[in-house]
Amino acid sequence: MTEIFGIPLQAFLGQLMLGLVNGAFYAMLSLGLAVIFGLLDIVNFAHGALYMVGAFAAWIMLDKWGVNYWAALVLAPLLVGTLGVIIERLFLKRLYGLDPLYGLLLTFGLSLILEGIFRDQFGVSGQSYAVPEALSGATNLGFMVLPNYRAWVVVASITVCLGTWFLIERTRLGAYLRAGTENAKLVQAFGVNVPVMVMLTYGAGAALAALAGVLAAPVIQVTPLMGSNLIIVVFAVVVIGGMGSILGSVITGLLLGVIEGFTRVFYPEASNVVVFVIMAIVLMLRPAGLFGKEG
Amino acid sequence: MKLKKAFAAVAMSAAALFGATAPAHAQFSGDVIRIGVITDMSSVYADIGGQGSVEAIKMAIADMGGAVAGKKIEVISADHQNKPDVAATKAREWFDTQGVDMLIGGTNSGTNLAMAKVAAEKKKPFLSVGAASSALTNEQCSPYTLHWAYDTTALAKGTGNAVVKAGGKTWFFLTADYAFGHQLQADTTKVVEAAGGKVVGSVRAPLNASDFSSFLLQAQSSKAQILGLANAGGDTINSIKAANEFGITKTMKLAGLLVFINDIHSLGLKTTQGMYLTDSWYWNQNAETRAWARRFFEKLKRMPSSVQAGDYSAAFQYLNAVKAVNSDDPEKVLAQLKKMKFNDIFMKNGWARGDGRVIHDMYLMQVKSPDKSTEPWDYYDVVQVFKGEEAWTTKAESKCALWK
Repeated sequence: MTEIFGIPLQAFLGQLMLGLVNGAFYAMLSLGLAVIFGLLDIVNFAHGALYMVGAFAAWIMLDKWGVNYWAALVLAPLLVGTLGVIIERLFLKRLYGLDPLYGLLLTFGLSLILEGIFRDQFGVSGQSYAVPEALSGATNLGFMVLPNYRAWVVVASITVCLGTWFLIERTRLGAYLRAGTENAKLVQAFGVNVPVMVMLTYGAGAALAALAGVLAAPVIQVTPLMGSNLIIVVFAVVVIGGMGSILGSVITGLLLGVIEGFTRVFYPEASNVVVFVIMAIVLMLRPAGLFGKEG
Repeated sequence: MKLKKAFAAVAMSAAALFGATAPAHAQFSGDVIRIGVITDMSSVYADIGGQGSVEAIKMAIADMGGAVAGKKIEVISADHQNKPDVAATKAREWFDTQGVDMLIGGTNSGTNLAMAKVAAEKKKPFLSVGAASSALTNEQCSPYTLHWAYDTTALAKGTGNAVVKAGGKTWFFLTADYAFGHQLQADTTKVVEAAGGKVVGSVRAPLNASDFSSFLLQAQSSKAQILGLANAGGDTINSIKAANEFGITKTMKLAGLLVFINDIHSLGLKTTQGMYLTDSWYWNQNAETRAWARRFFEKLKRMPSSVQAGDYSAAFQYLNAVKAVNSDDPEKVLAQLKKMKFNDIFMKNGWARGDGRVIHDMYLMQVKSPDKSTEPWDYYDVVQVFKGEEAWTTKAESKCALWK
C-alpha cells in the first residue's frame, strides 16, 4: 500500500478530511472574531460564549417547541445576533476610543456570566442534540467512512466564509464598512450612519458564532463549557492569520485544523499545544501574522 | 480571624488568672463540628460532585439532627478548579484558620492526592470520595486517609473481567493523558491480560480534547474487538458520541471504564444501551436507596451520582464516629472509624481496611435499552455484585507500607 510519512494513504486521507472538518469550525469562529476586531477594534472574548448560546438555543428550541434543525440554523443566529446588538448598545458602545483592554475585560466578564447562567440551568454534562434525519448516516469514501453530517459542516462553513468575505470585500455595503473603520467621521459626513453599521457588524459577528454553535451541536455534546474549550484555540488562529484579516483567518483556520489532526496521529500528546507552538513561531517571524499587514 | 485569636488569648489568660484548669471532658476542638468539602464546583466534573456533594453532606447533617453532643455541625465548600495546588492551599487554610475537623475530597485524583498530603501533615481525617486513583490507598496511603467510594482497581476488575468473559479478548485503549487515565489503563491492562485477553495498542488524548474522531480512527484501524475508554466525564461523553457517529460501534464494542449515571443521562439510552460499567452505587437498587435519592432529587432536580451518595455516607459515618467517642479528636475519631461497621444508604456492613480502603460491595451494571427503562433515570440492570473484598486490591498486590 502507498504510504505517506509512514502512514498508509487511506489513513492519511482520512485524517486530512477530519482535520478539514475541525478546521471549518475554527475558520467560522475566527472569521467572526476577525470581522469584529477589524471593524470595531474589540477583542471579543465573548465569542466562545455566543457560540455556546447558539448551540443551546438550537437545543432548547428542539426540546421545548420541536423546532427542527433547519429552522434553528436560521433562528438561533437571529436570536444571538439580537443579543449581540443589545450587548453592543448597552455596553460596548461606551468603550469605543478607549484602550482595547477595556473591551477585552468587558467581553471576558460577559462570557463568564453567560457560562455561569447556563451552567446553573443545565449542569456541565450537557445535552445531546441528534443529527438531523436528512444528514444522518455515513458515506464510504473509499479511504474512510465519513458521516454525512461532517461533510455538510465543511460545505456549509466554507459557503458562509466565502459569502462573508464577498460581502465585505466586494460589495458597496462592505466598502462602507471598510471605509468606516478607516475614518468614521468622514464616512458619516457622506451620510452613512456609522453607529448603526457598527452595531449591526457586532450583531452579525455574534450571529456567525451562533451559526457555528448550531452546526457543532450534533457533533459534540452541547455544554456550557463548549465555548471556553474552543475560544483560546480560535484566538490563536486569529493571531496566526493576522488580526483583522478576514481571508487570513479562514485559510489559517482550515490549515490549523489539518495540522492539529495530523498531530493527533503522529504525537497525540502534543495535539492540544501544537496550535500554540505554531503561534509562537509565527509571532517571532511575522509579528503581524501570516496575512496581516505590518503596521 | 484576628478577633477569634484575641478572644482565645483573653480566654486563656483568664483561665490562667483564675487558676482554672481545662475540664477533663472538654473533648471538642470548638463549638462547632466543621466539615469541609473541596471539589470541582464549576468544570467537567461538577455534575458528578459539585453542589450536589454539598447538598448530600447537608442531608447527612440533617439526619444527625444538626448537632452531635450539643455541638452544631457545619459544612463549608470550595472549588478546586481541578488544580492540585488550589486544593492543597485551601485545605491548609481551612485546617489552620477555619477549624475544619474533617475534610471530604471531591472529584479529581490529582487534587485528592495533594489534599491527602496536607491532611497527613495536619493530622486530620481526610475522606476521599470522588477520586479514582488507587494510589490513595496504595503507594501513597496515609493513616489519615480513608478512600470511600471506588477506585481504579475496582473499576478495572469489574468491567475488565466482565468484558473479557463476554468474549472481548483484544483491547485498544483511548486514555485521558494524566495521572488518572494512565493508572486506569495500567490497572485494566493487568486485569485483561490475567483473564487471557490482549492489549493491542493505545492512544493518549489530552484532557478536554475538542474532537475525538482522529483518535477513534486510529483505534478502529487496530482491529481490536474492544475500545477501552480510560477517561471520564465530558471526554467519555464526546468519545462515545463520535464512536457512534463514525460507525465504530459496528466493529468494536465500547467499554467505559469510569462512567457515571450523569454521563448516561446526557448521552441518552439509545447511544449507550448494552454498555457495561462498574459503579459503587445506583439509586434504583432498593426501597431505601430510592427514598434517599428522591429526597436528593427534590433539592437538585436530578438523581444523585454514586459520588454524591458516597459524600452523604462519609459525612454520616464520620459524625456517627464523633458521637460514639464523644469527641472530635482526630486520632480518636479515626480509631473509631477503623473499628466500626458502616451501614447506611450507600453500603451495608462496610468497613475501613488497614490501608485506608473502605470495603463494600461494587456492582457491574449494564445500560438498559430505551424500551426497558420505565422512568427517567431508570438506566441500569445490576448484572453482578462484587461482594466485600472481591473488587479491591489484595494484600499481596498492595504496596501500602501501613498494611504489611
